[in-house]
Amino acid sequence: MKIKNNEKRYEVILAGSGGQGLVLSGIMLGEAAVLEGRVVVQTQSYGIASRGGLSLAEVIIDREEIVYQQVQTPDIILTLTEEALEKFAPYADKGIAIFYDTTLAKVRTGEYLTGYPFTQIASDLGNVGSVNILSLGAMITALPMVKTESLAQVIRKRFRGQAQEMNLAMLQAGADLIRKGERTWEPS
Amino acid sequence: MAHATGTKYLKDGVLPHMWCSGCGIGVMLGAMLRAFEELDYKRSDTVVVTGIGCTGKADDYLVTNALHTTHGRALPYATGIKAFNPSLHVVVLMGDGDSVTIGGNHFIHAARRNIDLTAIVINNFNYGMTGGQVSGTTPGGRFTSTTSWGNPERDFDICALAEVAGANYVARETPYHGWELKEHIKEALNKRGFSLVEVFSPCPTHFGKNNEMKQTREMLDWFKMRGLPADRYRKLDDEEKKNHFAIGKLVDRDNPDFTTRYEEIREKAIRGSKEQA
Amino acid sequence: MQGNQAMSEGAIYAGAKFFAGYPITPSSEIAEECSKVMLKIGGIYMQMEDEIASIAAVIGASLAGAKAFTATSGPGFSLMQENLGLAVMGEVPCVVIDVQRRGPSTGLSTKPAQGDVMQLRWGRHGDQAVIALCPATVAECFFMTVKAFNFAEKFRVPVIVAPDEIIGHMRENFSPPAPGEVEVVDRKTPSGPPREYLPFTADPDGVAPLASYGSDYVFHVSSSMHGPDGCSNNDPDNAAWRVAQLHRKIEMHRDEIVICKTFSTEDADILLIAYGATTRASRAAALELRKRGVGAGVLQLITLWPFADKEVAMLGARAKAVIVPEMNYGGQIAGEVQKVLGSGADIRRVNSYNGEIITPQDILQVMKM
Repeated sequence: MKIKNNEKRYEVILAGSGGQGLVLSGIMLGEAAVLEGRVVVQTQSYGIASRGGLSLAEVIIDREEIVYQQVQTPDIILTLTEEALEKFAPYADKGIAIFYDTTLAKVRTGEYLTGYPFTQIASDLGNVGSVNILSLGAMITALPMVKTESLAQVIRKRFRGQAQEMNLAMLQAGADLIRKGERTWEPS
Repeated sequence: MAHATGTKYLKDGVLPHMWCSGCGIGVMLGAMLRAFEELDYKRSDTVVVTGIGCTGKADDYLVTNALHTTHGRALPYATGIKAFNPSLHVVVLMGDGDSVTIGGNHFIHAARRNIDLTAIVINNFNYGMTGGQVSGTTPGGRFTSTTSWGNPERDFDICALAEVAGANYVARETPYHGWELKEHIKEALNKRGFSLVEVFSPCPTHFGKNNEMKQTREMLDWFKMRGLPADRYRKLDDEEKKNHFAIGKLVDRDNPDFTTRYEEIREKAIRGSKEQA
Repeated sequence: MQGNQAMSEGAIYAGAKFFAGYPITPSSEIAEECSKVMLKIGGIYMQMEDEIASIAAVIGASLAGAKAFTATSGPGFSLMQENLGLAVMGEVPCVVIDVQRRGPSTGLSTKPAQGDVMQLRWGRHGDQAVIALCPATVAECFFMTVKAFNFAEKFRVPVIVAPDEIIGHMRENFSPPAPGEVEVVDRKTPSGPPREYLPFTADPDGVAPLASYGSDYVFHVSSSMHGPDGCSNNDPDNAAWRVAQLHRKIEMHRDEIVICKTFSTEDADILLIAYGATTRASRAAALELRKRGVGAGVLQLITLWPFADKEVAMLGARAKAVIVPEMNYGGQIAGEVQKVLGSGADIRRVNSYNGEIITPQDILQVMKM
């Protein structure tokens, strides 16, 4: 796994299908960065249906004013469907880290391509709906855009009871994937 | 007590009014103003909302608050007024075009919402102001300036529509029954929730002329012969019903109105927020 | 905070107590937010049967004394036009939020556009003037909604806030100001003897005081041509006076109403004129041009109507070329710029109309750099 980390500004794309909760994980990533005093813009692009169709969330985290609101040079891209991966796989050739879900997309190999069966793991852990938090946990561990604790704080604010516990567990599971997974993080 | 005349709600110097001789709008307006007086309505706490057409001209005669709106939309304007200030008496004057043709959607939703408005609908079976064109209440086969060979469509029964849509009070009268009309308007004004008084009106200028009832008297006779008190009408068989219509009070019930329901929900919301805090 | 939420919170900050609307993408978050908040602040939220009814209820509530508003998008905004005309004619303060999406017709309901610019100004039949504002950031969504209520109340006119879908759905860092920090204007109410109250006789500031139904001041409001008392009046002199009055009150206060922002325009050879989301792409393009040694600056139009003709004329005269990027086919603002600067001016249009956003690269391309 290879990721470039410029530490000053992060541009993130979360891509998948409507209903996978990617807009929400974009919002939560943004809220975590706001907690750390960063400037954040989050935008989204989706189709007409609440379920299905390509859905994108973009997040920019900076220390200064963000003039243009859209991601132009992503640092990391998450894709949770085959359709999304097909669209963004060419970015890996340009040295942009891509995290993808091997449950729903064909396995690809490449320096900057990192596949995990996020959907399968989330399902095994008891809630396929939390795949967004699980994958986000993995991403922020691989590329420390925000502290895991900041995201945990956002989860504690947004969810109550069982949902809170589940999502905190998913966040941890995602982080563990990177920390204890077969692949180790290699700074560029 | 002297008989109420309702003239204190009339603007100075506006009589004689603009409506054609034989039209029922003047009778309706007189009945409404007498009802206002008997209920001691103040100019300041009364709002008369009108639409467009012959009936829509009524606001110009009044010294109460008034809002003359667009065609068919009087009810949602009135809804905004009443929802924000439930202490106002809000009365909506419409024709058959306003109420159930261009504005039919608003009519059924105001009744469904059961908002505390009093709708008075003058039904003269055609568009009088614009030259007697067909409307949603022109009976099938009847002649108008746009159905020269007879109306191929059926007519709405406005009272039945209000009843099934959820109105708390529904009555129908004609200018032939002036005293009853005033009494039913009074009941409608007093009723909390959506109330409708439909007033069948002669339109000798257009509908009557086009349908062999050129004289006002002929149209009034038409109402007199055909209008039956609701209980008698209900006993008729289907074939007989075709030649008659029910008059008087048709619906009277006390389902909670919009404001009551909204305030109940508000209490819940406020309680809910305290529980969370 | 999201743009749509910021507009909803801006409305509440400005004192809105009545919302009537009909759900439509991409504005529905505003209705959802209001449905919760209005219950708790003693206001009223109503979901009406359509957008025609929504704006009608808003106008009714405003005449009953409420600061009232609605939120919609293209198709719903089209449905509101006739009744919005009554708000112009009857001089009823109200605010409409139109989160612009790609048309025509149903179009691409989740995609941004700036295709309603002319509809904002001319969407209603007849001859009338309104105010339209267009925010480009979440903070502007809040502050321009407060401003919209202030203008509506002050000038007795409908004010439209018209961001595009990108700005409506975008989230940025923003914390609303504390109560009292930002000016909130309430409508001028009558003070003389109630019997003498004329709801359409303007004060020297061009605006007549407005009473509320239920107060001691009994009054008429009418969609038909009316005299100073609000009752029907067909006299030609009266009609001319009324129509002129509706325009003049806006013209009189034009400098207060027209809000623009400038970015590095002092020495700009290249002037970018933009509004809404395209402001941000324009600013990024201008920064890039500056890096390459080209003196570029941005004029951001926050007030779209009345049009910022003086500002465009002043900055445009100094520039060698003017670029107008906008998410519509016809160059709806570019045409206005051309009108001001004349047919000889070098005005370059950048238009997107596929539901996609204009990028800084799209803008740089017309500079052939």
